[in-house]
Amino acid sequence: MAERRRPAGQGAESPAWLTRRGLLSGGALAAAATVTGGAPAGAAATSSPPGAAATGSPPGAAATGGPAGAGPASGGTSGPAGGAVEPFHGPHQAGVATPPQAHAVFVAFDLRKGVDREALARMMRLLTDDARRLTQGRPALADTEPELAALPARLSVTFGFGPRFFDAAGVAEHRPGSVAALPAFAIDRLQPRWSGGDLLVQICSDDPLTVTHTLRMIVKDARAFGRVRWTQRGFRRAAHSQPGGMTQRNVMGQLDGTVNPVPGTADFDRAVWIADGPLRGGTTLVLRRIRAELETWDAADTVAKEFTVGRRLSDGAPLTGRYERDAPDLDRLTPAGFPVISEFAHIRRAHVADPALRILRRVYNYDEGVAADGTADAGLLFASYQADVARQFVPIQRRLAEADLLNEWTTPIGSAVFAVPPGCGPDGWIGQTLLA
Amino acid sequence: MFSRTSKATAIRVTGLGLVAAAAVLTACGSPRQAAPAAAPAAATTAPATAPAGPALAITDPWVKTAEKGMSAAFGTLVNNTGSDIVVVSGTTPLSPEVELHEVVESDGKMVMRPKKGGFVIPAHGSHELKPGGDHIMLMNIVEQVRPGAEVRFTLTLKDGGTFSFTALGKDFAGAKEDYQPGSGMHMGGGNG
Repeated sequence: MAERRRPAGQGAESPAWLTRRGLLSGGALAAAATVTGGAPAGAAATSSPPGAAATGSPPGAAATGGPAGAGPASGGTSGPAGGAVEPFHGPHQAGVATPPQAHAVFVAFDLRKGVDREALARMMRLLTDDARRLTQGRPALADTEPELAALPARLSVTFGFGPRFFDAAGVAEHRPGSVAALPAFAIDRLQPRWSGGDLLVQICSDDPLTVTHTLRMIVKDARAFGRVRWTQRGFRRAAHSQPGGMTQRNVMGQLDGTVNPVPGTADFDRAVWIADGPLRGGTTLVLRRIRAELETWDAADTVAKEFTVGRRLSDGAPLTGRYERDAPDLDRLTPAGFPVISEFAHIRRAHVADPALRILRRVYNYDEGVAADGTADAGLLFASYQADVARQFVPIQRRLAEADLLNEWTTPIGSAVFAVPPGCGPDGWIGQTLLA
Repeated sequence: MFSRTSKATAIRVTGLGLVAAAAVLTACGSPRQAAPAAAPAAATTAPATAPAGPALAITDPWVKTAEKGMSAAFGTLVNNTGSDIVVVSGTTPLSPEVELHEVVESDGKMVMRPKKGGFVIPAHGSHELKPGGDHIMLMNIVEQVRPGAEVRFTLTLKDGGTFSFTALGKDFAGAKEDYQPGSGMHMGGGNG
């Protein structure tokens, strides 16, 4: 792959190769990036296949802020990166600040009747053990396909607890008040098959086969305690398609996630991590399944689409700016006296001035096939992380639901809210702060 | 055999997952109380004369879940000494009867039976216990093996020493070999 692209005789240190390929490659950086952009503390990321180290490439790819705001990010890599590992241990679970991997599955379980705190502790010990091994490229205990564990490709496994989990565990007093069904919004067309759930497992990897194997192992260990309520699969640009840190495009063609808290900053920590209590170091996840109405979106022309969002489709720059990351000028008027960025444009309605009140969007596209008449079933798995759902997510969603031109072409069809407990150390397990 | 000089107590926290199996091996004399599974190695009282590493260790120990009847435990026994170690029997609170089994072909099908002479872990080598191969057989469990349960095992060695570890209960579809000496007993699929 990358070896073939690289001019013969030129090593990773070659300046020529650096300048020509620097922005298109990540190499060992893909692994290294997981340290700086990913979960803090814990074991250092390593890159196991010999090739990955040998093809180590210049740090040029690290230049831009990631979709999740990460500095160095996944994305570009110049060699086989299947061995790249995300740290599992740390104060926070991986899979939140981690630069988004290319593939994801979210699976939710309904707990079986009679599953109590003791059983939940057993379940979380089992699932933590699976995650701890698989994310580090080792087979799970009793793994029937140990060969499939060899290439984690930055695998992360993240656990979330739905409202009823706290009741079943007898710790209802520790449930954050807004870890509950969201208030109803007029735009919602929610379907039970994409909504709710007592236990969430988010599995992300740059390799889809790794996602499938991990899901299989997790489900085999979780099903004694719960029934699968739904699974939702999503994808982003392939890990090697573009330089790391570029903003994701969604199936409607929009750059999605330009304004996002940047991991490693104080603003990120305040916006994302819960500051105290047994969930300290954790966060909350709102997962909304948002269908894209591509048939009618097709009927809109580019000017209408850009007016709707308030950004140019080509490069994501606000209609008042030149570059994607220019701050939108919400006060600028047209010569006729109208706001350049409409009162009802998506970015105005979603705008949050206080960085501590922003949400971390870690979104994935979905595409579940095509109907006989050609209608697409595609959209966005809108995964939003924030310290407090009520203070951060709900006000934004309320403003969007009241008036957002984009609502014409997007429909929320699923909604689920989970508390994401903190991470754990080598001797601990996820959920221990609530269940032990 | 490994050191007999000072009742050397080798203690090891495997650190290979949440079953931090603290394994205690006594070279001779009565079995010792094993350290709690979650106890860090530093909390134990290994004498200063203890060898640098554990004489016998186990990695990835797990036990198949079951509601009743038979179950089995697996893992990889690791011998860090320069002499063979022979495991001759085992006990667990979960089953009054424990056998060390092998799986062999008999009349065209795979059956399990007690392994003559026990498990031999070669010097500086390892011996894997796995479905379809050697395993520790729980003949008649007295209580359910639940998923995620931490089940205590103690193995007795040929020289009289013992070795304890904790195995994690795991749902597993396989490991259903027929039991030869018995009357057609069969391992059922466990569930929790």
